[in-house]
Amino acid sequence: MPPLARRNLFHDKTRLAVTLTGITFAVVLVVVELGLFLGFTTTTSGLIDHSQADLWVASRHIPYIEQGAPFSERKLYQVRATPGVGSAEKYIARFANWKRPDGGHESVQVVGFNTDETMGGPWNIVSGSVSDLKTPNAILVDDLYWNKLGITHLGQVFEINGYRARVVGTTHGIRSFTTSPYVFTTFKNAQNFTNLSEDQTEFILVRAQSGVSLQQLQSNLQSRLHDVDVLTTIQFSGMTRFYWMFTTGAGVAVLLAALLGLVVGIVVVTQTIYATTMDHLREYGTLKAIGAPNSYVYRVILQQAGMSAVLGYALGITVSLFIVHGAQQGGAAILLPWPMALLIFGLTLLMCAIAAAVSINKVTHLDPAMVFRG
Amino acid sequence: MEVAIRARGVTKIYAEGAARVTALEGVELDLHRGELLFLMGPSGSGKTTLLSIMGCILRATSGSLQIAGREITGLSERELPLVRLNHIGFVFQAFNLFPTLTAVENVEVALELKGIRGARARTQALSLLEQVHLDDKASAFPADLSGGQKQRVALARALAGNPEILLADEPTAALDSHTGRSVLELMRQLAHDHNRAVAVVTHDSRIADLGDRIIRIEDGVVSSVKDLRQPQPGLPHFISSLHSDLHSTLARPL
Repeated sequence: MPPLARRNLFHDKTRLAVTLTGITFAVVLVVVELGLFLGFTTTTSGLIDHSQADLWVASRHIPYIEQGAPFSERKLYQVRATPGVGSAEKYIARFANWKRPDGGHESVQVVGFNTDETMGGPWNIVSGSVSDLKTPNAILVDDLYWNKLGITHLGQVFEINGYRARVVGTTHGIRSFTTSPYVFTTFKNAQNFTNLSEDQTEFILVRAQSGVSLQQLQSNLQSRLHDVDVLTTIQFSGMTRFYWMFTTGAGVAVLLAALLGLVVGIVVVTQTIYATTMDHLREYGTLKAIGAPNSYVYRVILQQAGMSAVLGYALGITVSLFIVHGAQQGGAAILLPWPMALLIFGLTLLMCAIAAAVSINKVTHLDPAMVFRG
Repeated sequence: MEVAIRARGVTKIYAEGAARVTALEGVELDLHRGELLFLMGPSGSGKTTLLSIMGCILRATSGSLQIAGREITGLSERELPLVRLNHIGFVFQAFNLFPTLTAVENVEVALELKGIRGARARTQALSLLEQVHLDDKASAFPADLSGGQKQRVALARALAGNPEILLADEPTAALDSHTGRSVLELMRQLAHDHNRAVAVVTHDSRIADLGDRIIRIEDGVVSSVKDLRQPQPGLPHFISSLHSDLHSTLARPL
């Protein structure tokens, strides 16, 4: 097939540059906004998703993890005595005040868990270990927040709510949506740091025995325990994500920005593809005059749009990868998993198809008799 | 001679709001295979409108039109392009080549529309360029060709798929007289040697001697029909001339 679409597209380099800039801009905007949304969403429920627990026992009507209220640790024994429970551990995720070396204060979220168990512990540990937390006043802090908290080296000592805390290790990439960094420590230390009394806990993490129906166990626990909710990890994660993303409006704003990127892209690409079509209107008229069906002309326009989409996407995704990589070092994660990259490719094709539709409409009504007019 | 296009009582009225302009009125003509017919007349006389109707690009307001023996008056918008594609080749005043394609690719586009693709299309396109003596410019872009060369590429494109009818709108208007004449000689050759029906709209009287017949159109009606072919002895030619004259007389307004 003669390369009419490709030649037309590459004939006007300036217009091609404008088209590709429009698509690239739209792709980058959508990647960044959707990536931020995904990053935020993942971050809000990070503690829950990495807890390795099957069920969470939490105070009543808790909308998200940061809203947990303390309750008596006697419930832990009730949980352990319930048939089908494999293991159950106390867990704390509460805000506390961190004192920097320069006298400044920062809010942190203290995460206390049983260091003899795997449930509720940190992940992505890059220095130190969970067993190091068994040493007095030991804490683990993510390296993303060292500057914010004034940490310069391992072994450094700080104050959390007036209690001594010593940094014994670091994690990497455990972000906090609330901007208060997570500080992992033993349950006992966490009780001290957060001023929780000795007989209180904030959550109970439950792991079911293998082969036990999670739904049945949840129901059994719910009927045995009073004044608390029993949630599956998936439920609790979903509730927390929904709260932060939609109840606060943060997610809606990010999604709207992504939509805006898409709209801007469609407008720019529509305008440039339409202008290209107008430039070649006489050629399309000639094609129709010599007997080309509308479908042939549509194909030429769609091929131009498709080529623009592929090139614009390739450029956009390349720029986006640099941005995503740069964001790894910052507080806000921009995630770009391959299904999302695929989705955005589909969106780019859709965007260009919509842009082509305007041109197609113009060509559909083109009178081939125009070729005889001067 | 076999009739390629037969028009009977073709009238075209352009209406815009209350204004109505009669571009053609009751035109009768036959275009035969093997002849080169000139449609001549002053600007605005309706020549191009008639050519557009003969080419199934424009619909007549009334009257009938047959292409290769098939009545096309009632055909749908989807069917008309097929008639154009299968029976008619067009040559335009402004060449209307695709500027981003080479000469051979311009011809290939028309072949592709007729279902001829790949190496076969390339071979046929080169052969058509050879027919119009332009095989050495196959890889040239239209911008690098002279006016005459462009028109010959357009002619090669019009010949793609070997249509029996060739319609040309002012094909020499953008050319100097020498080049214009050579293009018309080529068209005459295509009509005579390849048994094609060729109709050319022109107001260039200098090339009128190349045609077989000249139909003059004035104010939308056929004002005269002139047969330039040498009189042939025998009854068939006499009947043909008589038939032609009768048509032109009937077409004249009272």
